[in-house]
Order: sequence, then C-alpha cells, then structure tokens
Amino acid sequence: MRVMMFVKGDPKPGQLPSEKLVEEMGRFNEELAKAGVLVDGNGLRPSAEGARVVYSGGKRTVVDGPFAESKEIVAGYWMLQVKSLEEAIEWAKRVPFEAGEEYGEEAVIEIRPIFELDEFAQAYEDSPTVRRVVEMEKGLQKDLQQKK
Amino acid sequence: MALASATHRAIEAVWRIESARLIAALARMVRDVSLAEDLAQEALVAALQRWPESGVPDNPGAWLMAVAKRRAVDHFRHAAMAERKHEELAQAMEADRARKPGLEARIEEDVGDDLLRLMFIACHPVLSREARAALTLRLLAGLTIEEIARAFLVPEPTVAQRIVRAKRTLAEARVPFEIPPEDERKARLSSVLEVIYLIFNEGYSATAGTDWIRPELCEEALRLGRILAGLVPDEPEVHGLVALMEIQASRLRARVGPAGEPILLLDQDRSRWDRLLIGRGLAALERAEELGAGLGPYALQAAIAACHARARTAGDTDWERIVALYDALVEIVPSPVVELNRTVAVGAAFGPAAALELVDELAADRALAGYHLLPSVRADLLVKLGRPEEAAAEFERAASLTRNERERELLLSRAGARSDRAPE
Repeated sequence: MRVMMFVKGDPKPGQLPSEKLVEEMGRFNEELAKAGVLVDGNGLRPSAEGARVVYSGGKRTVVDGPFAESKEIVAGYWMLQVKSLEEAIEWAKRVPFEAGEEYGEEAVIEIRPIFELDEFAQAYEDSPTVRRVVEMEKGLQKDLQQKK
Repeated sequence: MALASATHRAIEAVWRIESARLIAALARMVRDVSLAEDLAQEALVAALQRWPESGVPDNPGAWLMAVAKRRAVDHFRHAAMAERKHEELAQAMEADRARKPGLEARIEEDVGDDLLRLMFIACHPVLSREARAALTLRLLAGLTIEEIARAFLVPEPTVAQRIVRAKRTLAEARVPFEIPPEDERKARLSSVLEVIYLIFNEGYSATAGTDWIRPELCEEALRLGRILAGLVPDEPEVHGLVALMEIQASRLRARVGPAGEPILLLDQDRSRWDRLLIGRGLAALERAEELGAGLGPYALQAAIAACHARARTAGDTDWERIVALYDALVEIVPSPVVELNRTVAVGAAFGPAAALELVDELAADRALAGYHLLPSVRADLLVKLGRPEEAAAEFERAASLTRNERERELLLSRAGARSDRAPE
C-alpha cells in the first residue's frame, strides 16, 4: 500500500529550515530510500507564498496566504510504499523533529493511506451511474486520440 | 485485547523494518546465517512477550539487537562445553557489549555491507532458484513462511522445507558470509538481480493460479531492488533492473480489467499508468546510462519499456527504436524468448509479413516448443494478415499451453473473436 505522510506546520515567510534540521532530515530521507520505501517527498514553502481557492455556496474565491490555522497547514510530505499503516507509523515515529526549533514544542505528522483507483471501481462496480461515467470517459479519450 | 493486537501489529511493523538488518548484523557476528535468523526470531518472540506490557521501546531495533546478542552469548556458552573456539567468540562478544553500551552505533556501523553480504548469500548459486527466492523473501523482506507460501501458491510445509534445506546447503558448502571477491562479483550480482526479477515477475504475470497479477510480490521485489540500488549505487545493471521494475509496475493498474482479466500493453488505458513510477523508472534508467559501459540486459529491457512509457498513445510508439534495442539485447542475451519479443516489435515497425517470417524461423528450431507466447504472437500476426482461421487455431494452441487461467480465458476469447476482426 501507499501512504502519504504530511508534516503539519507553517514556518514564517522567508524562514529557511535550520541547517541542523536539513541535515537530519536528509539523513532520515536517506534511511527511507535505503529501506526501499521512499517513493516521493518534498518540503513546501510557507503558506504566505501560497493561495487557496475556496468553493463555497456555489462560488469560488481566491484567498492569498498566509493562513491562520498553522497546525492544519501542510509543510511537507512523503509518499511511502509500505506493507501496513503500522509500518508507516513506525517510520513517522523516527522523523527527527528534535533537530530543528522550527517545530517548537509540538509537531504533527498525519498518515493517510492512498486510495487505489481500483478500489473505486470495485466499490461502485454495480452502480450504473459510475459505469456510465467510466464509459463516457473512455469514449472521450478515444475521441481525443482520434482528433490528434 | 485490542491493545495487545495493536502492539502485535506494531511489532510486525518493527520486524518488517529491522529484521534484515538484524539478521545481517548477527550473521556477521556469529558467522552463520541460520543461527543468525534463529537468534533474531528469539528476539522477536521476546518482543511479543514483553512489548504488549512495556510498550514499544523508543529504539526497537537496538532493543531487538541487544536481546539477540544476549541469546548469542548464551548459545555459545552452551556450545562452549564442546568447543573452546566458541568460548572465545562468546567472550569477545561479551567484551564487545561491555565496551559499547551504545548498541545503536554498532548496528549502524557496517549494516550496509552486512545487508549486501546477506543478499549475496541468500542468492548464492549453490541454491536452486526457488530456494534463493524463498530465502531472500524470508531473510531480506521479513516475510513469514505463510506469506511466502501464499505468494508462490505452494503449501507452507514446502516453503518451510525449502528454506531449511537452503540453509543446510549453505552450511554444508561452507559458503562464507562475505562480499564476493572481484572475479566472482559480476556473476554473483547477476544472481541477486535474477532472484529479484524472478520475484517481480511472479507477481507481474503469475505463471500459475487464478490471478493474473499479484501486486504484493511486485512491491516486495521493487523494495528489494531499491535497497540494492542504495547498497551498490555504482552498478549500472542494478539501476537498470530498478528502472525496468518501476516502469513495468507503473502499468499494474492498467493491466487488469474489472473482472480480473489481463489487458495487453497496447490496449491499456494509458491515463491509468502511474506517472510517478514512470518518472522514477526513467530517472533510474538515466543513472544506468550515466554510469557508462554500455547498457546491460536489464537496462536494455528498461529502455524498451521506457519507449512505451514515453509514448502518449499506442500509435506514438517508436517501434524502430524498440527493434534496435532488441537487436542489442539479442546480441548480449541470445535467447529465443527475446527473439520472439523482437518479432513483435518488427511486426509493428515493418509489417506483419516480415515478422511472421521470423516467427516461423523461431518455431522451426524447437527451442520454444511448448511456450504459449509463440502461437499467441503468431496468431496476432495472422489476424493482421487477414488469415483468421489459422489465427484462431494458433490462439487455441496458445490457450492449451498456458498455465495461467486468466490468460487462457483471454486467448480463448480471441480465438472465438476471429470473425469480427477485419484485416488491417
């Protein structure tokens, strides 16, 4: 199975992670890679440099960062290929947060298994609507390919 | 009760992460893979007894290592009645333990080389291919006997026996726990690569059984390949193999239809290919190419897979380049199976008539007699040449030769569909 591990937090704009944290995280990433579980991973720039598109009541509004609830903001992520949620938890417990002051007293890693596309197909196999949507998508793709 | 089972799952996870390193480090110390595995298992049993009450320790790997080492000392104490040599070893280990209370550093030290030694020994040429695959999954992937049995669709006692025998063979042959000397290294490394790819392929197109693919085995093989790439980053073929597996795995989702039936490469919905794995595969292929010395068999196969991965539609495939890559592959791996694959590319690049000629030549030399893909390829070409009756007969022959039920169904359905296919 694949999981996303999100690091929650929002460093101040312009603030780069400390050298020590970068170093320790590098070592941790290397460990993940050497264990053959790391598929992807990145750190994200502060929310002050980002934006949100909010959908509400049929309208879409653009909100510029920074965003207030810093504990709910994603600061980085890993995608791991693991055998179980527990294995991901074991890895998450080893993230070297102690190395940086950026995360202060509290830091959170949220682990979320990724939906495999097939799960939708299986779960909604009997639904005529879903089948129709899938068929339509296939037809659309065929059209697009023929136009090329 | 719920708490205990939660701890058990946590222990399984720790085992998954730590077991290979644990066994590898122990094997170096006690110079016996079989004993090393037993000691690691004893440590696991101790964890299963203790952790549900005490909780999982902060550094579970070091905890397991400490217990295993204590058991090793006990073991040698008992054995020492008979042999003085072991007494010395036990004393040395005791002294070693006293000197370095920070066990963690000790495990970290040589663990990379230990893991590599363990891979080499598990894939040693004195063992049969089945034994190598089973031992590798057991020692390096931390799979249980039950999981290995399920993966290869063989009864548990068969796997257990296979592993016991493999360990005995290693002991009898006095295979040293070492990284092979320079003159053997290339051959030994290719044995490791072969085992990893065997595991991958068993998952990718199961040779027997009712499932067309078993993705868990592909995942295990990919993990082993990625680990190996970290251990020997300068070996181009390791990156070649990783590239090949990443790109092939990118198609896993597209390879199976809703009812579990196989979908062939050119019929696959490419939007379902995993772009992330393709990216990783292309990067690994690039590394293999950068390391120079020309592409080896795995890197060449990866390069062929990459041609498909880069084509946005089946029609965009650069078949001429694929034929050229197959030419290079046939040169270093003169195999009728590779030549058969080459004919498929020739058919796409230069037309079915040219390909059929080559297939008939291959069929004449009997090396592929009984190989279901020969009549299957031949049937495809006959369909394209507008010879449906002959094609149907070939599809039926192919169906009678495959051991995979899903594949048989596909071939039979193609045999039956002859009438509605117009010649191209």
